[in-house]
Amino acid sequence: MAEHVLEVTGLRAGYGPAEVLFGVELHLARGEVAALMGRNGAGKSTTLKAIMGLLPPRAGSIRFAGQEIAGAAAYRIARMGLGYVPEERRIFTDLTVAENLDVGRRAAPAGRAPWTPERLFQIFPNLAEMRHRRGGAMSGGEQQMLTIARTLMGNPEAVLLDEPSEGLAPVIVEQMAEAVLRMKAEGIAVLVSEQNLDFAAAVADRALILEKGSVRWQGSIATLEADEDVRRAYLTV
Amino acid sequence: MEWEFLLVQALSGLASASSLFVIASGLTIVFGVTRIVNFAHGSFYMLGAYVAVTVVPWLLEIERSPWLFFAGVLVSALVVGALGVVMEVLLLRRIYRVPELFQLLATFGVVLIVQDVVLLVWGPVDIPGPRAPGLRHGVEILGQRFPAYELFLIFVGPAVLGLLWLLMHRTRFGVLIRAATQDREMVGALGVNQAMLFTGTLFLGAALAGLGGALQIPRASANGQMDLSIITEAFVVTVIGGMGSVPGAFIAAVLIGLLQAFGVLVFPKITLVLVFLLMAAVLVVKPWGLLGRPEAVAGRAVLPEGILDPGRLDGAGKALAALALAGVLALPLLDAYAVKVGTEVLILALAAFSLNFLVGNGGIVSFGHAAYFGLGAYGAGLLVVRGGVPMEASLLAAPLAGGAFAALFGFFVVRLSGIYLAMLTLAFAQIAYAVVFQWVEVTGGDNGLVGVWPSRWAASREVYHYIVAAVTIAAIIFLRRVIHAPFGATLRAARDSAQRADAIGVDVRMHRWLGFTLAGAAAGLAGGLYAFSKGSIDPTLLGIPMSVDFLAMLLLGGIQSVLGPIAGAAAFHAVKDFFMPLTDHWRLFLGLSIIAMVLVFPRGLAGAWASLRRRPA
Repeated sequence: MAEHVLEVTGLRAGYGPAEVLFGVELHLARGEVAALMGRNGAGKSTTLKAIMGLLPPRAGSIRFAGQEIAGAAAYRIARMGLGYVPEERRIFTDLTVAENLDVGRRAAPAGRAPWTPERLFQIFPNLAEMRHRRGGAMSGGEQQMLTIARTLMGNPEAVLLDEPSEGLAPVIVEQMAEAVLRMKAEGIAVLVSEQNLDFAAAVADRALILEKGSVRWQGSIATLEADEDVRRAYLTV
Repeated sequence: MEWEFLLVQALSGLASASSLFVIASGLTIVFGVTRIVNFAHGSFYMLGAYVAVTVVPWLLEIERSPWLFFAGVLVSALVVGALGVVMEVLLLRRIYRVPELFQLLATFGVVLIVQDVVLLVWGPVDIPGPRAPGLRHGVEILGQRFPAYELFLIFVGPAVLGLLWLLMHRTRFGVLIRAATQDREMVGALGVNQAMLFTGTLFLGAALAGLGGALQIPRASANGQMDLSIITEAFVVTVIGGMGSVPGAFIAAVLIGLLQAFGVLVFPKITLVLVFLLMAAVLVVKPWGLLGRPEAVAGRAVLPEGILDPGRLDGAGKALAALALAGVLALPLLDAYAVKVGTEVLILALAAFSLNFLVGNGGIVSFGHAAYFGLGAYGAGLLVVRGGVPMEASLLAAPLAGGAFAALFGFFVVRLSGIYLAMLTLAFAQIAYAVVFQWVEVTGGDNGLVGVWPSRWAASREVYHYIVAAVTIAAIIFLRRVIHAPFGATLRAARDSAQRADAIGVDVRMHRWLGFTLAGAAAGLAGGLYAFSKGSIDPTLLGIPMSVDFLAMLLLGGIQSVLGPIAGAAAFHAVKDFFMPLTDHWRLFLGLSIIAMVLVFPRGLAGAWASLRRRPA
């Protein structure tokens, strides 16, 4: 299945004795934006962490760009071209914007124009004005932009984006959506975990719904928007 | 006192501060990135001095030039940096994910190994170093002569601070170090190979320690006690400055250097107490040090290390306990030597049990438990020797002394958690050690005091053995009862989440303080019993190695188990007593054993016993 950049089968993971994921199956096509949806505690963040190697998978297979990455160290997975934008932002608050970007910097694969701070500042104009500001002195929205920009500095082929709209003002959420669409336009595949259907509908082609640690429904965003039963069963609180 | 004199005093304080900063900066950088408090940092300092007294004279043979002197110092620093890499690759890399108590113990294992290696390579005699050519003279400052080398040292600290700043802000390696100090997992997720980063960090940290040691050689001979004497000071500097903060370490080093330089004029003998007061004052106002920040606990999804379910003794456990009790009672049927070892095991078992009451049950990783053991011993011993009080009353004083000091130190200790707490307990223990060591008129100093004998009726080994058995077993049963009581459960709740315990109305600090005091009293009781079994007291009872022995007993016994520490104490003491006379390299053996235990046997004897029994038949 060469057209799939990411392919997860039978993924199980958890924390200590607590099992969270019970055989997650999902795939992400090249250049596609897919929304991983579900209620709090359904296992969205855990899925992304397990794919990224931040949480050791207990079983299952994760193939990225045709190679098995389950159990590999996070840095190796990142170097293969899988980017990760964590929830809660996790920027380096002691470092300046420019330094934060520098930590994420990795060489681009041959034949692709690398991301540079200048190119990123075109997408995130707010950041351009605060190059030398400490990360800790930025607003939540600016920090969220910085985490995405920082990950793009690694020139990823695909990005795992964890709850990008959480806790942000509507105007910033719109900018986030634009950023995701811009990534898509650049040919980057994005798996975005999201609770907000409006945001998902704005950026994604396809939705996957997690419930109790496995994927219960998948289909196009349009279908999901039309199907109130599915939304009531898995999304609304 | 004239002000010229005060100026010179200030200058010599700054020279000491400078040296201290060079060493502490390495410790704080390594901690920041790896989250490991590296006990062996003091060993790197010592190795720096030893390598320098070997290399520098050899270079000065070629030509007595200041350049060659400093080239030798730098070479020494680089050699020690390379040793830091060896330690990272062979040991630290394997223990980044184990609980911090085990990390501390493992790096202390390296301390023991290095001590014996230094002894093997350089021998037991102190080695004086050459003085720096071109800096041997004195400089006239306002009519006072001041050594030129000291003046030079004053500039080394700021120069190192400046170079470190450049490294940290102008190189990618430095930026990555700063990023990893804050969130190393995220750095990994961005594609940075942490192993390389950590190795580089250890090189830098060890090289700084080595530089500090090499720079000392014109001031003091290289000797085998340098490691532990500097490590406490370096710990204090990093704790005051904030662990992980280089500028914080600089400020703290200057504060301590000046405090010691002027303190020595006012209270010549208790400068360490002044340092302690400074540290206590800083930590009360800023628990994470001057420029430090709270440890990030959020997102850490690990189960607490310690007693999860105290449980009841099942049939096999009861049989084992009965067997142990029978053994204790029957010991006097064997020879006198067995009785002596048995008595000591009982005493150490109580001490270890009281420590696990803190560590396993309360999550309070005390690295200075020997302080309360030793203070109990001194409390009882001083009453007997200096006051002529009989054994019975003196033994009462032992838990009172241990408990009173635990209450005093604990007042500060329980405000902290994790590694800061461990460092503070260690610092308090070192202060108690220094006071006992230096207050010769009362404590007998290094030699200690002899004549701590039991009353006549209890003088025979056998009778004393039964007294010890009765007292220690009663105390252990009492502490075990406390672990099972709501108070013990409250301590476990506070261990697992202080915040949540707080939110349901538990006065976490008060409970932890009471627990700390109780454990200190129990350790003090053990210390008192120990003093009468030996007939003497000396400062080693309070020393770091003694604290480490107790921790090794826990490690061996398993901190998850309530009664494991007793088995650990028995096994540890029996092995130590058997092997120590057989080898000259006991420390090497002990160090390697501790490391081996951390690497392959992290749940101790009790853990092995439990998994043996869980295995289906």
